[in-house]
Amino acid sequence: MKLVKNIAIALTLGTVALTGANAADAGKHPLQIDWSFSGPLGKFDQASAQRGWQVYKQVCSSCHGLKYFRFRNLADIGYGEDMIKAFAAEYEVPGDVDDFGDPTVRPAEPKDAFPSPFPNENAARASNGGALPPDLSLINKARHDGANYVYSLLVGYDDAPADFELGAGMNYNPYFKGSQIAMAEPLFEGAVDYEDGTPATQEQMAKDVVQFLMYVAEPSLEKRHQMGIKVLIFLALLTILLYISMKVIWKPVKEGKNFYDE
Amino acid sequence: MAEWKAAKPENKVLGWVEERLPILSLVNNVVGPDTPTPRNLNYWWNFGSLAGLMLVIQIISGVVLAMHYAATTGVAFDSVERIMRDVNYGWLIRYMHANGASFFFIAVYIHIFRGLYFGSYKAPREVLWMLGVVIFLLMMATAFMGYVLPWGQMSFWGATVITNLFSAIPMVGESIVQLLWGGFSVDNPTLNRFFSLHYLLPFVIAGVVILHLWAKKISDSGNPLGIDVKSSADQIPFHPFYTVKDAFGAGVFFFVFAMFIFYMPNALGHPDNYIPADPLVTPPSIVPEWYFLPYYAILRSIDFPLGIPGVFELVDAKLLGVLAMFASILVWLLLPWLDTSKVRSGNFRPLFKWFFAFLVVDMFILTWLGAQKPEGNIPLYGKIATAYYFAYFLVILPVLSRKETTLPLPESISNPVLKPAE
Repeated sequence: MKLVKNIAIALTLGTVALTGANAADAGKHPLQIDWSFSGPLGKFDQASAQRGWQVYKQVCSSCHGLKYFRFRNLADIGYGEDMIKAFAAEYEVPGDVDDFGDPTVRPAEPKDAFPSPFPNENAARASNGGALPPDLSLINKARHDGANYVYSLLVGYDDAPADFELGAGMNYNPYFKGSQIAMAEPLFEGAVDYEDGTPATQEQMAKDVVQFLMYVAEPSLEKRHQMGIKVLIFLALLTILLYISMKVIWKPVKEGKNFYDE
Repeated sequence: MAEWKAAKPENKVLGWVEERLPILSLVNNVVGPDTPTPRNLNYWWNFGSLAGLMLVIQIISGVVLAMHYAATTGVAFDSVERIMRDVNYGWLIRYMHANGASFFFIAVYIHIFRGLYFGSYKAPREVLWMLGVVIFLLMMATAFMGYVLPWGQMSFWGATVITNLFSAIPMVGESIVQLLWGGFSVDNPTLNRFFSLHYLLPFVIAGVVILHLWAKKISDSGNPLGIDVKSSADQIPFHPFYTVKDAFGAGVFFFVFAMFIFYMPNALGHPDNYIPADPLVTPPSIVPEWYFLPYYAILRSIDFPLGIPGVFELVDAKLLGVLAMFASILVWLLLPWLDTSKVRSGNFRPLFKWFFAFLVVDMFILTWLGAQKPEGNIPLYGKIATAYYFAYFLVILPVLSRKETTLPLPESISNPVLKPAE
């Protein structure tokens, strides 16, 4: 019976997918920001990424995990070893079992991944009115026009139009699919005190955290951009060289030489 | 037909090996200095060797990825992220492999349409052509299973939709689907067997490529004029002339390929595949990779049964769609007998040229339609585009090859003086 049911579900889903019965409101087109990391020569803005780390740590991390990010990765956005150790030590992670076989906890070390705010999905949903805050490790790559989308979402909260029916516990945000989102507006002016004295406006914090999340989603971005230039220059020169070789080698063919005349 | 010339290496060791295993002669006679090749091949003839190079790149990068990948549903996604973050140059290898699939298909599509225009499927190259179709089918299976491996949302749901197509087959359909799944839904056994087959099939492709090249040796390369080689004056040795020309083409092709790898590595992928697979959440739209879109559009366009609606159905709508999708490629196998025109090259077929140009446009339209939600006029456009696709092969070519007045063909490749049509 379970078999039949499973097949029925799979078939229904397959048919739904094939017929595309999914006219969900795709959300408003995101605002376009000129990011430091976009373009062939794009780089991370370290100061901004560091501020973004602060925003993530103090605001986002209360609900959103960052499971693919390890404390040691902070070195890439300009933090020294001591700073990284200090950041890690603020968190506790499960340690080895002790001599009596009981579980232990220990302070996190640079090698550890950023600890998830919730022990499991059910706990996460229970604390968030049934909604599951997604892990943010790849969020900038997991949405169309990711960086602009995340930025727009963070600054896009608004009062719902009079004719819009907002679900219980939902918030109006035109950039989100369906225009209502369970997450309450997370960033308010002055939500963090930037160590470098940058005024913590909503736009500034949103930009900084997107910068940080871009680094988390694509840590190889700078290396990739730099290597790409070298590879393209090499290929361009090689191709020119091959073109000239071709022209030289083909000269007798173009002159109509018969290579099989004895 | 092509004659065989034994290689006589001056190096004693090579000579010793050559006497016992004439492998140098083999290379020499297929892509070497002793491979007489028409002297007039244009740049459209570059894409065969490019496809071969892409196969090599895919196999090498894929073997390295397999060293770090774990084909288990719980950790597959994580292992891909580990490759992207912690494996030395893992990001480079993975982006090469992911974009390499697209560029392999670009090369092969151009190679196929080159063949369609210049009549590469006509005698004596029927088997050469049909082996090419087999390679293309194997590539599609390989690419589909490869896309499942990262175990993202599109991986999972793409696998669910495509495997479910087989359930449309009467009697045995559901058993086939269960066999593909290794269970009752897309799950760990599915991922395991897809990984196994994804590793196996490229070597099967390599084997068929060898047959493809062997058939090329027997029938010789075609050429843009579509006339037979008349004398040795029409030919030049493959090496160094076409090796250097292919190398130059590869330089240009790899430049574009590198632009994608380094500056838009995710442009050809779907963002949803960076979300781990979740059987409980269906993505808003399930879209295959771009190279499958024309066939996906054909599949979706057939939403009517074969028979008299409401009276009796010989073939139901779902099965008919699946059949149409497979037929859209299998029909290529029949091309040598559908197009009976003695003139191979489209250059000398004034009407054919137009119908062929429409077919190319039609493919682009089908690709675009495959990515759209089937709402409004999209299904109607899909039906028209599908109708033209099949009409081209099943109606236009057979009629055209009987009715069309072709242009006079040149005397020979080396002496392109026009002579009247036979």
